[in-house]
Amino acid sequence: MGKHIRLSKGFDINLAGKAAPKIADVELAETFVIKPTDFHGLYMPKAVVKEGDTVNAGTPLFHAKNHEDIQFTSPVSGEVVEVKRGEKRKLLEIKILADRQVEHVNFKKYTVSEVASLPVAEVKEQMMKSGVWANLVQRPFGVVAEPTATPKAIHISGFDTAPLAPDYSFLFKGQDQFFQAGIDVLKKLTSGAVHVNIHTQSDLSTVFSQVKGAEVNKFTGKHPAGCVGVQIHHVDPINKGDVVWTINPLGVIQVGKLFLQGIYDASRLVAVTGSEVKNPQYYRTYTGASVKKFLSNNLNQENVRVISGNVLTGSSIGKEGHLGFFDSQLTVIPEGDYHEFLGWITPSNKNKLSFHRAFGLLSFLAPSKEYVLDSNTHGEERAFVQTGVFEQVLPMDVLPTHLLKSILAEDIDEMEALGIYEVIEEDLALCEFVDVSKHNVQEILRDGIELVRNS
Amino acid sequence: MKFLRKTLDGVKPNFEKGGKWEKMYFAFEAIETFLFAPNTTTAAKGVQVRDAVDLKRLMMTVIIAMVPCLLFGMWNIGHQHFLAIGQTGTLGEKFWIGIVQTLPIIVVSYGVGLGIEFVFATIRRHPVNEGFLVTGMLIPLVMPPDVPLWQVAVATAFAVVIGKEAFGGTGMNVVNIALTARAFLYFAYPTDISGEVWTYLGEGATAVAGYSGATPLAVAAAAAKGTQVVNEFNSFGSTWAPGIYSFQSLFLGTQPGSIGETSTLMCLIGALILIVTGTGSWKIIVGVFGGAYGMGLLLNILAGENAFMAMPAYYHLVIGGLAFGAVFMATDPVTAAQTETGKWYYGILIGMFTVLIRVFNPAYPEGIMLAILLMNVFAPLIDYFVVSANKTRRLKRATV
Repeated sequence: MGKHIRLSKGFDINLAGKAAPKIADVELAETFVIKPTDFHGLYMPKAVVKEGDTVNAGTPLFHAKNHEDIQFTSPVSGEVVEVKRGEKRKLLEIKILADRQVEHVNFKKYTVSEVASLPVAEVKEQMMKSGVWANLVQRPFGVVAEPTATPKAIHISGFDTAPLAPDYSFLFKGQDQFFQAGIDVLKKLTSGAVHVNIHTQSDLSTVFSQVKGAEVNKFTGKHPAGCVGVQIHHVDPINKGDVVWTINPLGVIQVGKLFLQGIYDASRLVAVTGSEVKNPQYYRTYTGASVKKFLSNNLNQENVRVISGNVLTGSSIGKEGHLGFFDSQLTVIPEGDYHEFLGWITPSNKNKLSFHRAFGLLSFLAPSKEYVLDSNTHGEERAFVQTGVFEQVLPMDVLPTHLLKSILAEDIDEMEALGIYEVIEEDLALCEFVDVSKHNVQEILRDGIELVRNS
Repeated sequence: MKFLRKTLDGVKPNFEKGGKWEKMYFAFEAIETFLFAPNTTTAAKGVQVRDAVDLKRLMMTVIIAMVPCLLFGMWNIGHQHFLAIGQTGTLGEKFWIGIVQTLPIIVVSYGVGLGIEFVFATIRRHPVNEGFLVTGMLIPLVMPPDVPLWQVAVATAFAVVIGKEAFGGTGMNVVNIALTARAFLYFAYPTDISGEVWTYLGEGATAVAGYSGATPLAVAAAAAKGTQVVNEFNSFGSTWAPGIYSFQSLFLGTQPGSIGETSTLMCLIGALILIVTGTGSWKIIVGVFGGAYGMGLLLNILAGENAFMAMPAYYHLVIGGLAFGAVFMATDPVTAAQTETGKWYYGILIGMFTVLIRVFNPAYPEGIMLAILLMNVFAPLIDYFVVSANKTRRLKRATV
């Protein structure tokens, strides 16, 4: 039996536009994009397809120059229509025009009992050539998992506490056997345990509660309780020299399907959420889908910010953009490009949410109210002044202010000592939200991580 | 509002790159962002929404917390004035005298300080920081009511240039800026800021018979061996202002002193605002009061013949500027300890040092100022130990 961990620190951002638990009926998106920039630690990605090539779901698109065995494969079948490059010919994205009916590359199929006796080498090979390996994220640093490493544990977060996050029990309904098969496969890759971390208050999906062969840990608390980094810190923390892998439940299901059905199935449900979406609900599509079809005739206004992911860690992609590899959520909020007369002091109106209670900020009086927040920064960047706030939204024994200052000072020894191995961007996203001085906390942290990784 | 926005948008190009007043961009920007919250949006990657708080609002909250002290201080200047010259005045008259005495000091403090801020922002090409909004109000509140204005100007300039800008501006300073100003006056012009300067008598006015402007701290320090300080307090001013140093009066603040620091009650109201809004650390405030009370109790035990040492410990909390310092000076987040555990040590040590300095060094009766400045310097050391403990916990875990 796993642990039960209660977290008291954190903050839930309650936004308007939660996805209704139903699946919309729209035709499949036309284009799909896989972006090497979604993966950290990928050394000089090399495209292995060119414009005009036809691909199936599971056909390799690119790989890192130093890791030709880990393939990043196509989520759908169709034609490669664009290989987009940036400065110095850096590979930015590969776009595929999808067929109406998705054809899959056939990989080797196994029965449940065969999976149990599979050698590790064969497991790794199948995962790497099919594209499901990309789901494995290695800590420290949050990079693509290194196949030669043996992690001391594999952690799976079974819930998402981010603003407007999709409901996992809806997202993964009926996938029990594939999730179980995925766990059985992953168990072979670690010397320790596979941890499935669930929330005590959410409707528990049988996918997680019935799972066998994994440690099930229970968590209670606000965001960022759902961030796997926070969970690792409390279940089995990362120390210097440790390697830990994380994977989201969808990745586990993809691994299970790969071994039971012999296909790379990149299909997923995407929650289209946010205050500017007319009908927030779920859509069935594949990884990296164009968001155009989800938003046509579905927006309340035109001046919006379209975010792949949630409002804390997502990226602004525009109305014609594509979802990121790891994202099962699309959020649309108003753009905040307006001047507000004496906006720094006027008492809170309905669109001002604050973790703080400084003069005029009254949102703490209505914690369950749903807010419509826009992308305005509400102030400019300043030096660090207020203290003790970051600590209230990070339920870890880490001192975020001191860690960030050590990164700004580029002091690698200090970063190590202060626990940079234990965190990635999403864990500190709330710190960035509540920051009075408006620093780009996640960007600073990533710079620090890269500095340590390349040292 | 639209007219204002249009005017700003109209002149803005002159201040932007290539414009004729390009060098003054940050001065313009400071005024623009004061009138209108900027239209900047979050970056494409990272958080897409931001908390509604910013440094301006945070600083404004602190200023609001100081308003009770300021208003009471203004009234008290007039109140003390009439007591000292043996007349009675109405509420309005008392207030008016306070306003006449206080307003010029506030104007000079803000004028000089913000002027320097703008000059440095222009030269260094960085935005004008909001830190001085609070400092500019703190400085007048810790000045004697009839301090010469040129001294306020010099002290403010010294504090902002040497105390802050030399270290890199808001957020980088080591010691509290308002206290630097006060300490500067204290050591540079001691005769104008110690002794009997705490009551505004007015030009040519003569004090009533028996009048003494000694502060409670001075009375306590001067108490002879074997006497009771409390008795000295209660009998003080019996001919012209009976009960002026009774416990109730000391707590309410109807006593001579710096403009804003006499009333413990008003400071506690300010503390309540700071704590409820989360702007000031309750750990520091409680720490200072607790440290001072604890040290007072310890001295009571060791007192023997010494009258000041034997003074009941709770009197330490209401005399002098302890309450004001604890609430508004010690809680300055930049110069205080920055770790949560460190804040306890920082606050408690300030309280203890305040009482130690008061009792054992009668040359410096106002212990809180020196105690806070001292602990400002030691705050990084406190943090160092707290951070080291965090690192050690992490290291220990690794070997298991």
